[in-house]
Amino acid sequence: MAEATYPEDLRYHDQHDWVRVEGDSATFGITWYAQDTLGEVVFFEPPEPGTTLSKDQPYAEVESVKAVSDVIAPMSGEVTEVNDALTDSPERINEDPYGEGWLVKVTLSHPEEAEALLSAAEYQKLLDR
Amino acid sequence: MTLAEAPMQRERATTIYEKSKAGRRAAVLPGAEVPETPIEDLIPANLLRSEAPNLPEVAEPEIVRHYNRLSRRNFDLDSGFYPLGSCTMKHNPRLNERVAALPGHARLHPAQDPRRAQGALELMYLLQESLAEISGMPHVSLQPSAGSHGELAGLLLTRAFHADRGEVRTKVLAPDTSHGTNPASVTMAGYEVVKVATNQRGGVDMDDLRAKIAEDPSQIACLMLTNPNTLGLFDENIEEIAALIHEAGGTLYYDGANLNAILGRTRPGDMGFDIVHLNLHKSFSQPHGGGGPGAGPIAVSERIEPFLPRPQVVRRESSGGRDPSFDLDFDRPKSIGRLRGFQGNFGVFVRSYAYILSLGADGLVDASETAVLNANYLKARLAAGRAGERLPVAFDRHCMHEFVLSGRPMKNELGLATLDLAKRLLDFGFHPPTVYFPLLVDEALMVEPTETETKESLDAFADAVEEILAEAETDPDLAKNAPYSTPVRRLDEVRATRKPVVRQQLAD
Amino acid sequence: MLAAIGVASTEELFEQIPGPLRLGRPLDLPAGMTEAEVYERLAALAARNADAEEQVTFLGAGMYDHYVPAIVEAITSRSEFLTPYTPYQPEISQGGLQVMFEFQTAMSELTGLPVSNAGLYEGPSSVASAGYLAMGATKRRKFVVSRGVHPHSRETLATYSVGYGAEVVEVGLEGGVTDAAALAAAVDGETAAVILQSPNFLGAVEDVEALGAAAKEHGSLLVVACDPMTLGILRSPGECGADIALGEGQPLGNRLDFGGPSFGFFCATEAQIRRMPGRIAGETEDVDGRRGFVLALQTREQHIRREKATNNICTAQALNALGAMVHLAWLGREGFRELGELLVRRTAYARERLAAVDGIELLHEAPVVREFAVRLDAPVDRVLDRVAERGIAAGYALGREYPEYDDALLVAITERRTREQIDALADALAAAVAAERGEKPSHGDGKSPQAASERVIA
Repeated sequence: MAEATYPEDLRYHDQHDWVRVEGDSATFGITWYAQDTLGEVVFFEPPEPGTTLSKDQPYAEVESVKAVSDVIAPMSGEVTEVNDALTDSPERINEDPYGEGWLVKVTLSHPEEAEALLSAAEYQKLLDR
Repeated sequence: MTLAEAPMQRERATTIYEKSKAGRRAAVLPGAEVPETPIEDLIPANLLRSEAPNLPEVAEPEIVRHYNRLSRRNFDLDSGFYPLGSCTMKHNPRLNERVAALPGHARLHPAQDPRRAQGALELMYLLQESLAEISGMPHVSLQPSAGSHGELAGLLLTRAFHADRGEVRTKVLAPDTSHGTNPASVTMAGYEVVKVATNQRGGVDMDDLRAKIAEDPSQIACLMLTNPNTLGLFDENIEEIAALIHEAGGTLYYDGANLNAILGRTRPGDMGFDIVHLNLHKSFSQPHGGGGPGAGPIAVSERIEPFLPRPQVVRRESSGGRDPSFDLDFDRPKSIGRLRGFQGNFGVFVRSYAYILSLGADGLVDASETAVLNANYLKARLAAGRAGERLPVAFDRHCMHEFVLSGRPMKNELGLATLDLAKRLLDFGFHPPTVYFPLLVDEALMVEPTETETKESLDAFADAVEEILAEAETDPDLAKNAPYSTPVRRLDEVRATRKPVVRQQLAD
Repeated sequence: MLAAIGVASTEELFEQIPGPLRLGRPLDLPAGMTEAEVYERLAALAARNADAEEQVTFLGAGMYDHYVPAIVEAITSRSEFLTPYTPYQPEISQGGLQVMFEFQTAMSELTGLPVSNAGLYEGPSSVASAGYLAMGATKRRKFVVSRGVHPHSRETLATYSVGYGAEVVEVGLEGGVTDAAALAAAVDGETAAVILQSPNFLGAVEDVEALGAAAKEHGSLLVVACDPMTLGILRSPGECGADIALGEGQPLGNRLDFGGPSFGFFCATEAQIRRMPGRIAGETEDVDGRRGFVLALQTREQHIRREKATNNICTAQALNALGAMVHLAWLGREGFRELGELLVRRTAYARERLAAVDGIELLHEAPVVREFAVRLDAPVDRVLDRVAERGIAAGYALGREYPEYDDALLVAITERRTREQIDALADALAAAVAAERGEKPSHGDGKSPQAASERVIA
């Protein structure tokens, strides 16, 4: 994905993570800005399914050739599924950060945390600063 | 831009395995001379290998040609300027190689009875004494194999020192400019790293240091510091820093990577450090070998001495007017133990001791002085040209043996990243400076010319940077696609890491 | 130059060093010497060592007096290999990087494991690094280590383990090899790694596969230290189920150098590739499609991952690994196997020859490749001194590190030790043991350490 994109239907964390909330469950990923800053992703180190995630805490790592970045949990919950396809094709995080490049699916323990997250417009305003 | 392939580029990489032909060989081995009992009669079949490991089958001339060709695909210190910051790429005197190769050194077995290895032990003792004087510390262990090994030793010594006083401490402070080995060693030694910020002058931020200590002084095990630091600046507050750490009950560790700046001028021991490692492959001319071998002896204060690794080389006075003798002392009840096999990288000790003998007290001071002069001259030359605007010095004051530039303006104004400048320098026949370190400086370039370089070579480097910046004003793509003249051009590192191929797939 | 900087003297540049910290006196070291003077001084020191040209050496214990072919020195002394730094700029470091790739390929072949790094400091600290890897892989903190593992490796592991916060449990030997029942009993669900050495320190070949079953059962990593020169003969650690195979690389293309520098090799299964310590070269292509090599998987390393690095090492002993690669190419596939066979046969001969001496018996009867242990019916130190008078270093006294074997001697054979030299060793030992036994009425007393030390003092 060459152009900066921030879908309206997602919520954003200021550490450059997005959430797609569907009732009590959600999908997490990193934003276009995050993958662009990182450069070509070469490795994704996922958490184990069943891991408990705490909002604002690191839960996984993404690597480029010369950098490692923690991925921050935008919300709290338990990992139900990790995107196994990223093991062989981590480049999906660059190519399609909001689609095939999703990282984990989570059962939310505190769905109300979504309210404190940013909208697409608010997140873009943050990036502009 | 397209260019005809250089001869070196036309020659595609071929491995020694690809030159292999069944039945060819170089070695002629002696005959058995003893009964040729079938191997299966001597070792049970279930422990034996069914097929010999696949090694290349090549004749000696092919081996020599192969590795000579490979050697030409390397840039090296003997070919040109190598201002790699924090690495101290100084000339490697060939005398050192000659004396290290003497059979009395090279063919001396490490388990030889100390009574029959007196020359080697005396040499180690003399080197210990020399390093003690240079570092201003009373005791030295030569055992650690490299700087990072010395760091780990220093942290384990700190742990033993505190344990001996019935204390358990958990935190090690390190500036945000520190070498990556510092935090990595801290974790391996079972401590937690606490980063200390850098102030406006490039030194330790004293307020941040006080705050980090104040959180819980009883948890501060150690502060690891490089002085001059990785910005090439001497921390003027070092006495106060030492006092703060000692007051909290911690030890002060000196990363000796930058010792080349201060030989005979000031000493870590006089600054208040408890433990220091010295990189013999940096300040003391051991060749870097393309990434090893080196050695990282540690020097320590009196209070740390009981915990030094085992064995220690000691001098024993003899009675009756006989010469003193030298021995390995294993009887060190408080020692942290061994860090490696045998006595350390003796071959490196020979070279570094030869270097110290060659230079002597005056020569070592001269080396530092010239290294600092060269760094400041090159910094001034660069500042006077386009680099003054495009590649400003990160902290503008006199530097010690190295200095750090920021490529941020160059990136903003010309679209050239620090990496692009580095790659273009390859076409000009220079090894680039260290890039993207320290992390604190955006688009960093860390330049360490060493005392080896003449004014002419410094000028030539400054001229090359000037020319690259000038050409980038009209054609930035030239640098962005560089290099052009090297045996290979920019390599696909993403591919090498996504799907690592770390060995050759062999037919059988 | 001073004018360009804008200072009157170099002293001004050093003013950033606070006055009280300046040394203010010359270093208390001798004045500089000429090249010839330094040579003479160091040659004089070297002359006071009994090296392997002066003595016929049967010392081993991890480092061996092999013949290193002349081309190794010719190639490793080339400036292009001797004087560069770590290959951070791959475009101008293809030579060094390709050597690493070839070396990794060869070490994978030897050990039977698919992933090799470009080298670590040396043997014993590689064992400690394997422990660190195993802790990361298993999230456990206990190592079960055979007493057959080199004492320096065990001691190094113990030193590091204080920092790791790990426990080290040692398992004894039985008949020269690891006590299988004791090992199985020591391994449990908390065990990060089971660490063996084969051939072990006493020279005995271990049944790695059988011993490793305990590790497999509890999900511990199986770590095998090995002598590379035996891998032309012995089943590879990988084939025996090892997760990690490592060892001291000195026998391959490196000098004795009184213990270093040499290198450690370190190979593992694919599963551990991202936990490996040290440099790893990988194959790739440049922008024009030319084959090339780079440092791969650098995010494991300290310069990027800092406190989360897989290890703190930033040295690959590249020059020593080059020496190993050239030596291996020189030996070649057939030569390497032949050399292994030569070692086995000459060692068998030496073992038989020594065992036939009155007052010498084998410490164990387990199969050996190139090193074996014997018990002497006389104080080992005194026998060694007597044999040294004949210009022979008879071997390594086991007593310091194995008090239970304080009457034992470890004897190593290389292709340099001829039948004639082995015979001379047997004769010298026979004479020395006989002389020592003859000096006192009761033969048995010689095995008491007190008796031995009394006589040394006398």
